[in-house]
Amino acid sequence: MAARKKTGRRHPLASAALLIIGLVAAGGASVAVGSVANAEPAPAAHTQATAAEGEALFRANCASCHGIDAEGTPNGVSLIGVGAASVDFQVMTGRMPMAFQGPQALQRDPQFTQEQSDAMGAYIASLAPGPAVPSEEQLDTSVVDEEGVANGAELFRINCAMCHNVAGAGGALTEGKFAPHLRDIDAAHIYEAMLTGPQNMPVFNDQNISPDEKREIIAYLHYLDENPSVGGFDLGSLGPVSEGLFIWIFGLGGIVAVTVWLTSKPN
Amino acid sequence: MTTATPQRPTLTSKASNYLDERTSISTMVSMLGRKIFPDHWSFMLGEVALYSFVVILLSGTFLTFFFEPSMAEVHYEGSYVPLKGIEMSAAYASALDISFDIRGGLLMRQIHHWAALLFVAAIGLHMLRVFFTGAFRKPRELNWVIGFILFILAMAEGFTGYSLPDDLLSGNGLAIINGMIKGIPIVGTWISYLLFGGHFPGHDIVPRLFVLHIMLLPAILIVMIGLHMVLMVVNKHTQFAGPGRTNDNVVGVPVMPMFAAKAGSFFFIVFGVIALISATFTINPIWNYGPYDPSPVSAGTQPDWYIGFADGALRLAPGLESEILGLTLSWNILLPMAVLGLFIVLVMFYPFIEAWITGDKREHHIAERPRNNPTRTAIGAAGVWFYAIMWAAASSDLIATHFHLNVFQVTWALQAMLVLGPFLVFWLTKRIAIGLQKKDREILLHGYESGNIRRLPGGAYIEVHEPVGEYESWRLKSFEAYEPVMVRPNEQGRITAGVRARAALTRWFFEDRIAPVTRGELEAAKHDDH
Repeated sequence: MAARKKTGRRHPLASAALLIIGLVAAGGASVAVGSVANAEPAPAAHTQATAAEGEALFRANCASCHGIDAEGTPNGVSLIGVGAASVDFQVMTGRMPMAFQGPQALQRDPQFTQEQSDAMGAYIASLAPGPAVPSEEQLDTSVVDEEGVANGAELFRINCAMCHNVAGAGGALTEGKFAPHLRDIDAAHIYEAMLTGPQNMPVFNDQNISPDEKREIIAYLHYLDENPSVGGFDLGSLGPVSEGLFIWIFGLGGIVAVTVWLTSKPN
Repeated sequence: MTTATPQRPTLTSKASNYLDERTSISTMVSMLGRKIFPDHWSFMLGEVALYSFVVILLSGTFLTFFFEPSMAEVHYEGSYVPLKGIEMSAAYASALDISFDIRGGLLMRQIHHWAALLFVAAIGLHMLRVFFTGAFRKPRELNWVIGFILFILAMAEGFTGYSLPDDLLSGNGLAIINGMIKGIPIVGTWISYLLFGGHFPGHDIVPRLFVLHIMLLPAILIVMIGLHMVLMVVNKHTQFAGPGRTNDNVVGVPVMPMFAAKAGSFFFIVFGVIALISATFTINPIWNYGPYDPSPVSAGTQPDWYIGFADGALRLAPGLESEILGLTLSWNILLPMAVLGLFIVLVMFYPFIEAWITGDKREHHIAERPRNNPTRTAIGAAGVWFYAIMWAAASSDLIATHFHLNVFQVTWALQAMLVLGPFLVFWLTKRIAIGLQKKDREILLHGYESGNIRRLPGGAYIEVHEPVGEYESWRLKSFEAYEPVMVRPNEQGRITAGVRARAALTRWFFEDRIAPVTRGELEAAKHDDH
């Protein structure tokens, strides 16, 4: 019996090997198909974003959740009237297409080029009027003076800090949702977020916070990016919690190590 | 080389003689100079607290030169751009000036704040050491109470200091205090108006807290520290058991000259560590928070770590409210206040509670190893757990964001851990301590496992157990035996309810005890093994 097993046709690891080969093949194929699906409608050297190309991209990548005509399904909201600003924000921060259904779409590397995103934005904008992508001039923070930065900081503390933390470090919301950190975020995306209120964020329209004020808020956030904490490492700008952890672990921990060393007996 | 020739008096001897003739200081020096400090690292934690307090005093004095404790409105004209021209209180403006426009000011502010965090942390660890080694037993119960008052004072100092810069963070802290005070039925609103001089936040609270922070509280603290040290000298140090260490002596190093030198250099090490941290790590970047304004609250608004347990208690309290005769009772505030109050009282008076339960009137100068008093160690561990859960709850939002959890679920989990956890921790700690005691017994009686495997002529394998040396065995066998207090009638021949309760409690305290190894057992074991 034992001898027969040894000389059997199949190696004991054969089934495992077969399984691995099968999984690799299936996974590889799915990756290949996925990338083809993404790459297929990408028109090379195309500068003019058109609604027709956007529609094709939308059908291939978004329609499964948002509906074939962007009218929405139980799995995804209607996109009629959300405007090109919304598309640019969601797609170019990598939140859409969503990695998985969860409390909130997570940020990741964008899955499309700017041209592709603009094409989809043009398609969505063609369905119904909605907020447009901000212009270069609206995002030009170089015209904001010191007073403007101070005003932006004040507006940020009043309107944004509740969820995003005064230093833009982010914070928790209900039911597993959260306000993301605001460090090193593209000006356009900050502007669009205020304009369109993505996910759980409220809309700050132009009556609420004027375009000039939006620009000042962006200028303040960029000021924070460009001017690291004057006091040294900022421990994530999370406030007293990280400070407390630090003093217990490294401060008191280090000093306890010193006390052990001071009272150690020579061997 | 001793010679009989009379030496000419040196300058030092003349000076000290001059001093002694006028102050009789030599008696004190000879007494204090021979004060013995045992050589164990855990005995230096109180020193860490003391030295960080000195650092706090030094840096705090610097800060008072430039801080303006006033809530008068000014427009900021300093060099931090995002606040230029913003209306704020003079207190906040001067705190910003210390940070940006006064040379060395930011370093001093950070030293002051980091040292404060270290101060309270060192007190906490020092208290844990005293608790778990039973060093609070007679005759040191009063010093435990004084030490605990120091802990409370340190928290009060911390909180008043946290509130002084009048930035958004400190204002939010005061808003919570205001809410808690107003949650007290009937008198709450009156107390709040009294404290804040009218409507919250008013214009009085910063100058008032400033007086408390730099005058009253430090004065009481210093007096209490003095008392704490005097009692420490009077009672002498405890020490861990060891050869030559008994309940009637202290083995260690005298203050003069070795310990003084060591302690002096240790002060500079502590100062150095604080300075290093302060020079490299930001603490409380008040410029981010902006001036206090009652409307905004930043995400991640937390108190400093030592107030965290109170914040956490508020976060974990169920949102209950009831109305009696038109009076609103906010149980979400009253309940945590009651629980925290009870917790603090229990910790403060624990030495007396334990002494009453055990009926132990002996003096104790040998520090117990935590395992040798399993019930106390388990009570302590359960208390630490209870505190730690409340502490963790103060950062429930950050736990949720950083571990991608639902903040509600985090709160529910912490609530369950707060209520059920202490019982589990108590049981687990007690079993572990008893297990360790049994292991100690085993090692004493049958030796330790040497790792040396022998084959017997019959073919069986045994591991050779080596007896522990005389020196090490001291640590294992010298602890005191306790007996439960028996129910006995008093002089009138009656058994009172108090006696019964006490007997029940001491039975609970000691029922699972492991007795120390006796001489007889040791002898018998020797005969068995060899």
